[in-house]
Amino acid sequence: MSQITTDPLTLTPEDPAAESATDRARLGATRLLRTLLRNGKAVAGLSIIVVFIALALLAPVFFPGDPARITSAGAAAPSLEHWLGTTTKGQDVLGLTLWGARSSLFVGFAAGILSTVIGVLIGLSGAYFGRGLDEALSLVTNVFLLVPGLPLLVILAAFMPPGLGTVIVVLVITGWAGSARVMRSQAMSIRGKDYVAAAQVSGERPLRIMVREILPNMASVVMTTLLGCIIGSIGAQAGLEFLGLGDVNTLSWGTNLFWATSDGSLMLGQWWIFVPSGLAIALVAFALALCNYAVDEITNPRLRRPKHATKSTAATTVARKEEK
Amino acid sequence: MSVPVLEVQDLTVEYVSDERAVRGADRVSFTIHPGEIFGLAGESGCGKSTIANSIMRLLKDPARISNGKVLFDGTDVLGMDEAALRAWRWNNVAMVFQSAMNSLNPVTRIGEQFIDVIRTHRGGTRAAALHRAHELLKMVRIDPVRLRAYPHQLSGGQRQRIVIAMACALNPRLLILDEPTTALDVVVQQEILEQIRELQKELGFAILFITHDMSLMLELSDRIGIMYGGRIVELAPATTLRHGSRHPYTQALLGAFPPLHGPRVKLTGLAEGTKFTNIQDLEDTGEGHWVAPSDQPVLSQGELL
Amino acid sequence: MSFLFRRLGFYLLAFWASITLNFLLPRLMPGDPVTRMLSRSQQRLEPQQVDALRTMMGVDGGPLIPEYFSYLGRILTGDFGMSISRFPTPVSEVIASQLPWTLLLGITSLVIAVILGNLLGILAAWRRGGFLDSVAPPLLVFIGSFPYFWLAMGALYIFGINMGVAPMRHAFSVGLVPGFNLEFILDVAAHLFLPALTIVLVSLGGWMLGMRNTMIATNSEDYILMAEAKGLRPHRIMLNYAARNAMLPSVTSMGMSIGFIVGGALLTEVVFAYPGVGYQLLAAVQGLDYPLMQGMFLTITAAVLIANFLVDLVYVRLDPRVRKG
Repeated sequence: MSQITTDPLTLTPEDPAAESATDRARLGATRLLRTLLRNGKAVAGLSIIVVFIALALLAPVFFPGDPARITSAGAAAPSLEHWLGTTTKGQDVLGLTLWGARSSLFVGFAAGILSTVIGVLIGLSGAYFGRGLDEALSLVTNVFLLVPGLPLLVILAAFMPPGLGTVIVVLVITGWAGSARVMRSQAMSIRGKDYVAAAQVSGERPLRIMVREILPNMASVVMTTLLGCIIGSIGAQAGLEFLGLGDVNTLSWGTNLFWATSDGSLMLGQWWIFVPSGLAIALVAFALALCNYAVDEITNPRLRRPKHATKSTAATTVARKEEK
Repeated sequence: MSVPVLEVQDLTVEYVSDERAVRGADRVSFTIHPGEIFGLAGESGCGKSTIANSIMRLLKDPARISNGKVLFDGTDVLGMDEAALRAWRWNNVAMVFQSAMNSLNPVTRIGEQFIDVIRTHRGGTRAAALHRAHELLKMVRIDPVRLRAYPHQLSGGQRQRIVIAMACALNPRLLILDEPTTALDVVVQQEILEQIRELQKELGFAILFITHDMSLMLELSDRIGIMYGGRIVELAPATTLRHGSRHPYTQALLGAFPPLHGPRVKLTGLAEGTKFTNIQDLEDTGEGHWVAPSDQPVLSQGELL
Repeated sequence: MSFLFRRLGFYLLAFWASITLNFLLPRLMPGDPVTRMLSRSQQRLEPQQVDALRTMMGVDGGPLIPEYFSYLGRILTGDFGMSISRFPTPVSEVIASQLPWTLLLGITSLVIAVILGNLLGILAAWRRGGFLDSVAPPLLVFIGSFPYFWLAMGALYIFGINMGVAPMRHAFSVGLVPGFNLEFILDVAAHLFLPALTIVLVSLGGWMLGMRNTMIATNSEDYILMAEAKGLRPHRIMLNYAARNAMLPSVTSMGMSIGFIVGGALLTEVVFAYPGVGYQLLAAVQGLDYPLMQGMFLTITAAVLIANFLVDLVYVRLDPRVRKG
């Protein structure tokens, strides 16, 4: 009887199952990070992102004052004075692009991170508690997955008061379901592992098990989901703002593109006005996708490209060393 | 003495990665005569399946055959080009894989999978191929109606019978059975073995039987090779091996499984931490009994029981 | 069959949830959408039309439950109210005249992207490390990183404005009478080409990589090994054994991607002034045409749900394991 009345908290530090699970996870996370830095794709992706973040932060240094102010005659092609030319209104395109990076990256990362967090919460609790809660959460998740994103974004953004906050909230509402689904299926498979059962038997609280035992062991999936959510958020934000549903007064890549079309620069052949912002969106998304594939390749070695081209039905290679 | 169906000489298979090469099989030699059942036994990871797959040259990229010969009826299998190899596979050597559950294509009907292999090698009409499939299913005592079934509608035992029937479709001279009963329960295991024995009597093919289960092995095989760490450590007729094994690893393996028949015996195994390194080539000790010299103490038969 | 019934039930539930969201949204959000909308529009509305709008948006503060049921009834009979930006055309009429073009664009690009992407994925996985496996994935991922509408802008700029080889707007040439004749069909195809191409280009990479990765997983299955042992010809193993099985997850993910493609199609329509639902979307947003936006949301959701059900029908044909139970 004395063993049962012992405070479970005093037992946990010596509990081998719990210790090894978190240790293993911590080891896995550091190894993942180290391998990432040795992967060419990951390094390229991370470098691009770092450059963009640095440019966004340094925008006030390069272009002090209001970037939207009119500095020259309208629609000037790129020149030494204005490297990327000017808009129809006469604003410097490079300045708009650098300043636009600030809100685009902020909204993209914020909405991506929030979507992932909500996805983790819903996916984990559904997988852990199971039964009724799981069924209800899965149902809601699947409904949100099925409803087409853009039209939903449009009506949400149209009815809510305009502003950066609204954009983020709306992006999270349409973006969390995908990550919740991935998290749930991943958490389900970890839920069945022995060390989770061991932690339950040793009397740990559900929250602690979820945070300490299950979550660390899905690090790589959380990572790919987060990257995917950020990519999705950046794209969706651009689409929303392109339709004029964002906050047209904030500078972002999406609003730059909105003004480019509504000023008709596309039809007038002023490519320098719409190319930079679109290219910036694509580069950031591509960089994130590169990191994503790097994580995929590291966690699933079968996806790595072999050194030599091989047909998958090729017979075993025979490399007999001829004995002399 | 007859010409052997299969002759494996000094077969070495390596798994090559960036840093190093691991030997999955190391200078393995054995022969199988027509109509003979030859067993390869050993713990998991010892290289039994590597041997089986490399005979049919089914191993994939990091693996490669770096030395040795595989002769089938005197023909060099390792020298065949892709087309010759394709024509040779299943026609002469068929294989039954360990996982009956997964070796049938889940999205096509059983009949279709028979037709596939029969028409690829023999040509002919669909109807003729289907007729042959009918016969084969009857042979393994499965209702030919099942040709219209999908794999998931059949039990594990049924699926393995169907794979066996498929293996017999082209009357091969050699059947490789790679742990054919491991995934099945004991009762079904016995039925499948019975089936194999029956078919072998009827059709006269030779068998390369691979398992880690020594009692099954002793029951079915004529001659047995014991593998450890990619090498054969002992090779002898089953009757000799049962009571006169010489290598300590063989003895440990024999001691780890209860015999299916006879009195109860105490089980023994390999002492923990025991490892055999630098295994020597086999030496002939007479009457077809070959043993690799070992410096580990040899247990007397009495100690084992 | 029970699989299909379960799916059908789920789609009905999803549609009901969308209608409910549509009903609640204007009622939960702060402010008076009707006043906002009327101040933006240049139309002069009759008092009873304004009243109808108020009831629809719930501004009149009527009792929630009876309003909800009458709203459900109206939606199910296809009454989405009046469009403000195209006053006084009913929303259902606006959408009905434009939906076919969206369907044409969406279905064409989806089908091409799925078939082409899956084929490329199969081939890349079949020859690991070959040319296709090395060059196509990074290239397609890069193209796929562009926003749909931006790639559309680029294509329009290069082919329409600079080179002048592609039609710049609309779904068929002005002055051409729609009819089932070769001239009209070719003209429609010419107008469809660039918008569909941009959607295909952006979505191709996802399909290809998805298929490639499942094919790689499938290639290590035992039934592939057995097929090789059986001495079957490589292309037969590739198509009947590997691809046939790897297709299943690809078909499942098709359901979800339909929503994405539709979103892309809407934005692409805006750029090409293609007369689908998306083209009207811009006008609806700028004119704060709430009834039209809501009608579009419901119509597109319904279309996506129906498309998903069709995908389920295909899936049942492809995977014998779901046919029973």
